[in-house]
Amino acid sequence: MPNNYDDIIEKLDNNQLWDFPGGVFPAERKTLSNQTPIGKLPIPERLFVTVKQHIGVEGHLIVEVGQKVLKGQALTKSMNPFAVPIHAPTSGEVAAIQKHVSAHPSGLPEMTVEIISDQQDKWIQLNPLIDYQSQPKIKVLAAICDAGISGMGGAGFPTHIKSSPKKDVDFLIINGIECEPYITSDDRLMREHAWQIRQGIDVLCHLLKPKQVLIGIENNKPEAIEAMQVACRENPNYRICSVPTKYPAGGEKQLIQVLTNREVPAKGLPMDVGIIMHNVGTCFAISDAVFSGKPLISRVVTVTGEAVEKPSNLWALIGSPVAHLLAHSDYNPKLQKQPNVIMGGPMMGFNVINDKVPVIKTTNCILAPTDTEISSNNEQACIRCSACADACPVSLLPQQLFWHSKAKELDKAQDYNLFDCIECGACAYVCPSEIPLVHYYRIAKSEIRVEQEEKQKSDKARERFEKREARLIAEQHARDEKHRLAAEARKQAMESKGNNAKDKIAAALARAKAKKQAVNIEEETSVSKADLANDVIEAAAPNETTEASATQPTTKVASSNQRVQAAIARAKAKKAAAEAATSNVEVEVPSEVEVEVEVEVEKNNDKVSESIKTETQSKNQSVNAKEPAPHAAKPEPLKPESASSESVSEVTATKTATIAASKKARIAAAVAKAKAKREAQKAAETEQTSKEAPLAEVEDPKTDSSQEPVKTQEQQIDMKKRKIAAAVAKAKAKKAAEKADKSS
Amino acid sequence: MKFRLASSPHQHIRRDTGQVMRLVILAMIPGVLLQTWFFGWGTVIQIGLAVVTAVVTEAAILELRKRDFERALKDYSAVLTAMLLAVSIPPFAPWWVVVIGTFFAICIVKQLYGGLGFNVFNPAMAAYVMLLVSFPVQMTQWLPPVNLAQYSHNFMDALQAVFTGFSVEGFSLAQLKTGIDGVTMATPLDTVKTSLSQGFTYSETIERPIFDSVIPGLGVASSWISLGYLIGGLYLLKQKVINWHIPTSMLAALFICALIMSLVDSDLYPSSIFHLFNGSIIIGAFFIATDPVSASTTNKGRIIFGAAIGIWVYLIREWGGYPDAIAFAVLIMNMAVPLIDYYTRPRTYGHTSTKRKTKNKAQS
Amino acid sequence: MSLGFAILTALLAIGLLALIFGSILGFAAVKFKVESDPLVEQIDHILPQTQCGQCGYPGCKPYAQAIADGDEINKCPPGGDATIKKLADLMGVEAKSLDSAHGTEDVKKVAFIREDECIGCTKCIQACPVDAILGAAKQMHTVITDECTGCDLCVDPCPVDCIDMLPVKDSASSWRWDINTIPIKQVG
Repeated sequence: MPNNYDDIIEKLDNNQLWDFPGGVFPAERKTLSNQTPIGKLPIPERLFVTVKQHIGVEGHLIVEVGQKVLKGQALTKSMNPFAVPIHAPTSGEVAAIQKHVSAHPSGLPEMTVEIISDQQDKWIQLNPLIDYQSQPKIKVLAAICDAGISGMGGAGFPTHIKSSPKKDVDFLIINGIECEPYITSDDRLMREHAWQIRQGIDVLCHLLKPKQVLIGIENNKPEAIEAMQVACRENPNYRICSVPTKYPAGGEKQLIQVLTNREVPAKGLPMDVGIIMHNVGTCFAISDAVFSGKPLISRVVTVTGEAVEKPSNLWALIGSPVAHLLAHSDYNPKLQKQPNVIMGGPMMGFNVINDKVPVIKTTNCILAPTDTEISSNNEQACIRCSACADACPVSLLPQQLFWHSKAKELDKAQDYNLFDCIECGACAYVCPSEIPLVHYYRIAKSEIRVEQEEKQKSDKARERFEKREARLIAEQHARDEKHRLAAEARKQAMESKGNNAKDKIAAALARAKAKKQAVNIEEETSVSKADLANDVIEAAAPNETTEASATQPTTKVASSNQRVQAAIARAKAKKAAAEAATSNVEVEVPSEVEVEVEVEVEKNNDKVSESIKTETQSKNQSVNAKEPAPHAAKPEPLKPESASSESVSEVTATKTATIAASKKARIAAAVAKAKAKREAQKAAETEQTSKEAPLAEVEDPKTDSSQEPVKTQEQQIDMKKRKIAAAVAKAKAKKAAEKADKSS
Repeated sequence: MKFRLASSPHQHIRRDTGQVMRLVILAMIPGVLLQTWFFGWGTVIQIGLAVVTAVVTEAAILELRKRDFERALKDYSAVLTAMLLAVSIPPFAPWWVVVIGTFFAICIVKQLYGGLGFNVFNPAMAAYVMLLVSFPVQMTQWLPPVNLAQYSHNFMDALQAVFTGFSVEGFSLAQLKTGIDGVTMATPLDTVKTSLSQGFTYSETIERPIFDSVIPGLGVASSWISLGYLIGGLYLLKQKVINWHIPTSMLAALFICALIMSLVDSDLYPSSIFHLFNGSIIIGAFFIATDPVSASTTNKGRIIFGAAIGIWVYLIREWGGYPDAIAFAVLIMNMAVPLIDYYTRPRTYGHTSTKRKTKNKAQS
Repeated sequence: MSLGFAILTALLAIGLLALIFGSILGFAAVKFKVESDPLVEQIDHILPQTQCGQCGYPGCKPYAQAIADGDEINKCPPGGDATIKKLADLMGVEAKSLDSAHGTEDVKKVAFIREDECIGCTKCIQACPVDAILGAAKQMHTVITDECTGCDLCVDPCPVDCIDMLPVKDSASSWRWDINTIPIKQVG
């Protein structure tokens, strides 16, 4: 290694550091918020704790809606090493577990535990691990993991994984750079809690055993540097490095380069060059977890920007909505033409899509700038000035990346190391043509990722397809082989018996007989099958009838209002059917429905029929009417020969509900069905291409109705039968449709 | 109300393309003033003509391409192109020369390639070469510097000369070209080239009045004008509008070439200083070769690009058919830019070498 | 005599040159030989492997073979324009727009079986080209979503129409940064 440990130490001893290429110097604007101590944010009424707040996998929920939780109680758990739990930020009740807008640039809803605070703020029993030095490492790691700690600087990588390396660690670097403009949360944390941060570093040292601890702080934070120097005075191994202010010095790779001149290999980790880096906030959280047993449920958030009247740093509970923080800092939306709240800094932060976005473990800043503070994108043509290349901290050629990303030449963009871009935004910051370069890279990156996923998937599909083909061919071969063997065996058998002509004849006779028999059996079975099918069809229809009739009493019992609704719904369904059908079909099918509906209506009430005729009256009920729509459509497929026979069957069914009655109804229904089928075929023959659609529609609600809860015992028994029947009916409809298709 | 959504970064440095171009135009002013001082109002008239033609052409073509021409005009790139072309043209060249040239630069070289940022060649230089090849007589009629000319001329003379070919008093261009010694004047580079080919030595040649400058061997006018552009160029460097790589490497390459050759035979080959401060080397190095669109974009590439231009300039000046060579050299190297850029990619952080290795892997 | 000699020299010289260049070319052909997959394999790798058969061939590989034999490249609706462009690059032909006779490009979908309606007929299992449907006779079937290519082939055989093709939902990880409010204008 060209940058061996001793050389680095020697250079650091001389107070010399390295530099990274590029970089920019945006206005810092840190004094807006770093003048006052970290304030305490009141507990919000509702907290939205996103289940997944780190890189890795989420745990599964161990709380239920309505459950009371105590402050610090774990809400998820998992055996997966890449999972860290989340905790209740305060005591209260779990109000909901559902998707809620997430703290992600897309704002796509993610699973979130919503907790209503009881304002008691009652802690759960805490288990500190004060004698951590005498404990096995695994126990300390478990404590850190159970406290839900993941990197608080940006990416949110689980801390316990970063703290259990398999190689020797040369340097533990503590990142207190905070190079983004406006943000001062780490600055204030170091000023006020340097001691606890040092304790956290102690714990990390116990776990990592690094040769040297480097604490990097930008030289625009002299107070923080001093505070940390005082706190670390007793540890000669802890070295505070004042790093020249330049954006993005706080990037992991950049800070490593500045402090040690080592470079993390592409697609590698800092561990590959013997370095582990943690954020100061993470160190604080570790000390909280180890020395007081408190899980990570709150963090320092800078609320700043000129659109808030009281910019400051606040201890915010994880899950507090952005609106709560803004309200506490006197956010004045009038200073913005359009609400504009950035989570994170102005260089790498993202716009929240609304103010219900919750604070998560990586949220370090809420920025509400006025319109003059931020710039609008006014994209012009690239003039290849390569100011971006001069600003790029990882020596990419942003203009080429832009060119290829825009042209969707993704492989060429990758050739120019697109994936080494850290999205720091320095290139877009300096671009005189105001091209949102990073945006183009992000799009290109996500497209490449999706493409790779698809590629993987298609490879897998190809493999499965080929395996299947091979299997089918093998099966075919096996079958052929079997047949061949069988044929050979027969041949042999015949040959061996060949001298006996009588036998031959007898055998032939036997064969013929067997064949005849087989045919008979087949015929029989097919007949029986057909019978069965018929039965099934018959069974299908009556069931519907019974159900229809079963609903009848309830309708009668129910208020006339409901009946009105049902009737209207029926009428509507009819109308819909009529509309959907072409003229030919319209004449045939729905007319019966109409009759039937009218019959029913007459049976029920005169008022009802009135209301049907006067549609205007029923307008306000139409919303309700949507619900009983399946009921309305249900009797449709019955298509009785005459309305009276239907009503008779129904009446009888209603009154007795005996098997006999249902049998009657069955017959009626079967007749109706047969007729319907005939009609359908007739319709098909008239070569109306569009009539299949209404037919299908006529059938569809039936299946729905068949799934509806049934009331009588008998019907419950019939359930399965009906299902099959429905399925068969459907199949028939489909066949008919196919036939129609072919004929047309 | 809907929240504003934008991609980070949300801040920008306050310098847009228009500002960059305006800074470059501003930096040209000292040179232009000196040029006007030495060659009369012709220069200003040419600039005026060129700028008007450029803006009209750009607007018309953008309108045809259905683009927002108002916004595009605000970037001042057309104005800059026009100015660079106008100062390269003889001040009393007929008006149609500069109009055709500017139209060619904006329409053919720039817009037909896709507009600003897409042109492969430097528009001003491509137009200059087109004019030089198409109208060699008009393009080489440089007047003697004012203090050496037999006939003085004022603004009206210049105007008339540009539009009619004769000054107010009726002098033809040929007459205006006459120097105080009654001999038709040529540019310093022309003079040296012809006299060397006639068998004079370099030291004899620079005894002529056109070289009667502070430093012997420099053209009277061109040395001062070069100085003017040098000041502008240094200003641009200070403002970080241009990088040091191209001007430095180009001047250094030319200097070294000239030094070596003049050491070989100082009678036949002019000195390095002569090469640097005659003709359009300085404006070429700071204003033309640094045109971002058509130049190399990597730092290493810029050094190669600049140095190659310097070498080409020397080669063409010494052994080519034309006395000056900036335009040809720049165009030749414009063509090589994609290649240079491809092979001079900087090493990305975390990669052991440039992309070569993986490239080969991909191919095999 | 001298004329004959001159002709002889010329012939010899040309012959010698031909020999030299020929051997150089031959050497280069061996030395710089580009190892590459057979064309069919390359085409097959570009195709989306939905095995949907919308192209008129029983799977992606047969279509790849057909393309190699000179069939049109614009018959693959699941691949859409992106695939056509890649095929055009590979085959060195002009990219065409998708042949609408074979269908149109649609959002990515996967099959979903409404399980309480499934009658366990196994017809869809037989139809699935990538064995992405699990189930046995008279048992409820289900689709392995990760393996489903969205080919649509299981929908038709189902006797009870209980298979739906549902669009794949967007997630934060597959989000493509389509912040539509950023005005990205074209300028000259």
